[in-house]
Amino acid sequence: MKAKKKVITKKPTSKKVAKATKKKVNKVVKKEPMTELCLYIAGNTARSRVAFENLKSVCGKYLKGRYKIEVIDLLTNPRLAKEDQILAIPTLVRKLPLPIKKMIGDLSDSEKLLVGLNIKKLGSK
Amino acid sequence: MSKSFKSKIFDPNQFERSPTGIQGLDEITNGGIPKNRPTLIYGSAGCGKTLFGVSFIVNGATQYNEPGVFLSFEENEEELSRNVASLKVDLPKLVQQKKIVIEHIHLDRSENHETGEYNLEGLFVRLGYAIDSIGAKRVVIDAIETLFSGFDNDYILRSELKRLIRWLKERKVTAIITSESSEDGELTRHGIEEYLSDCVVLLDHRVIRQISTRRIRVIKYRGSTHGTDEFPFLIDKDGISVLPITSLVLKHPGTTERVKTGIPELDIMLSGKGYTRSSSVMISGTAGTGKTSIAGAFAMETCRRGETCLYLSFEESPGQIVANMKSIGMNFDPWIKKGLLQINSTRPGFFGLEMHLLELYKQIKLHKPSTVIIDPLTSLFGQGDTLEIQSILTRMIDLLKMNKITAIFTSLISSKGEIQSEVGVASLIDTWIVVREVEDKLRRRSRGLYIVKSRGMSHSNQIHRLVLSDKGIRLLALEEDTELQLDPEPAKKTKKKSAKKN
Repeated sequence: MKAKKKVITKKPTSKKVAKATKKKVNKVVKKEPMTELCLYIAGNTARSRVAFENLKSVCGKYLKGRYKIEVIDLLTNPRLAKEDQILAIPTLVRKLPLPIKKMIGDLSDSEKLLVGLNIKKLGSK
Repeated sequence: MSKSFKSKIFDPNQFERSPTGIQGLDEITNGGIPKNRPTLIYGSAGCGKTLFGVSFIVNGATQYNEPGVFLSFEENEEELSRNVASLKVDLPKLVQQKKIVIEHIHLDRSENHETGEYNLEGLFVRLGYAIDSIGAKRVVIDAIETLFSGFDNDYILRSELKRLIRWLKERKVTAIITSESSEDGELTRHGIEEYLSDCVVLLDHRVIRQISTRRIRVIKYRGSTHGTDEFPFLIDKDGISVLPITSLVLKHPGTTERVKTGIPELDIMLSGKGYTRSSSVMISGTAGTGKTSIAGAFAMETCRRGETCLYLSFEESPGQIVANMKSIGMNFDPWIKKGLLQINSTRPGFFGLEMHLLELYKQIKLHKPSTVIIDPLTSLFGQGDTLEIQSILTRMIDLLKMNKITAIFTSLISSKGEIQSEVGVASLIDTWIVVREVEDKLRRRSRGLYIVKSRGMSHSNQIHRLVLSDKGIRLLALEEDTELQLDPEPAKKTKKKSAKKN
């Protein structure tokens, strides 16, 4: 459990900013538009870890250096469940580029994830 | 209502109850819905599910000091507030006082691209947070089936629903979950009742002969006796009220107190003392025989005793009645001004029979009359079949007797000369007066009045001539124009004369 917990918060600095409600992972900005993602989880469960891993691997592959992932744990910030209208866990919200897109589930279907994020596959580029 | 209810409420073997504060519902469930457990309320669109939920939450907050969370999948806070504002409920104020939390959940399937396994923990977190924020004891989840339109995966939804029910029990909140019913109205659309086993309530809104009636039925109440009948309920400016008619039992106390009818000769015919208090009197007759006028005399006499009389008219408007009564020497105005005489006019077809009964129930609660006049009873009966009429009338008379109210009905009979009452209500009536057209030896047509029956007293068996004039109502001997020799006590004649001067 503990080892895995790290996975989510492994990204630099995130753990230290315990007070901040949102943990941010910044990557280098290139001229390509920045993709801002928000992953809502509720506690450190197996499914949220899977979702995070899936997301990371897809982003690492297709959006190298052009993405931000914010992980929001609703157990520590229950208020956000209402404000951001989150029901399903895990939920991935693409805040940028607009329009805002919502995806639910552990992101194991990478095809659907790519469609949802509007990313073209490597081959088709 | 009765003692037996109270004893049931405090039976330790029963579930603890959480009163809904909805008039009548707590009576048919012996005190409310199961405490700390979820209850399912379902019904078709527009049958009042949301209003039940809101009433439960609002009553909890205002009457029982139990804060509540209203989780709505359909309407947002603003819409809800507006919808219940007409019931004199100030939702925003209760929200501000932290007695109620309204959570609106927005669901849009197009926003939910499913990319794998998920659960609805977000819903739990929201609900949990809302409950904790005000220490809620009551929760309403309105229109839970909306979830099924927001997500594709039925399997996940069902297991989450199950978990939600369990979670609600663990949180020890009294919950109402509402759901739409399926096409045939028998079950909920998504079989939600499978998960809710403690208490299931069905609301129904049906239209028979163009008249709609709302009904409520407790289908299931685990570990408890409950009324399984359908009960009519009413949504009006005071919110919801359920009328638990069948809880009435034949227990009304008997009385021998006699009261005057307002027509001295008629008192004489009824062994000189009038009719029995809180009995039921029916005046039946063909058209234009003066039934309403006799009822008017009864009303005047009631008011003269300083008691309240409720006059329900289904044919004439209050103004018309007052004017007509004046023409035969009865002035209603002072009594109306004093508040002793309440005249209410409604169209018989305005609502169904059940609703008329419910309306009567509410009027009785409001005015606490000692006499209720229903004029005419028969016009109500265009509304239902014989079975329904019989049952309604029984319940109506029961209701009045329970409240020690004298019931005076007028009844129109067809001119074929039969005195059979149309719907076989005779056995329910204590005193039955018939007025009909008669022909005397001099071949004059006139109104003949006689008493068919009068329980618990000796009464005249003669036919008397009913005369309506600007001096009031008189009864004369049939054959002569001269004053009638009234039996059995001719000595009363002097009294009658003094009445005439009035």
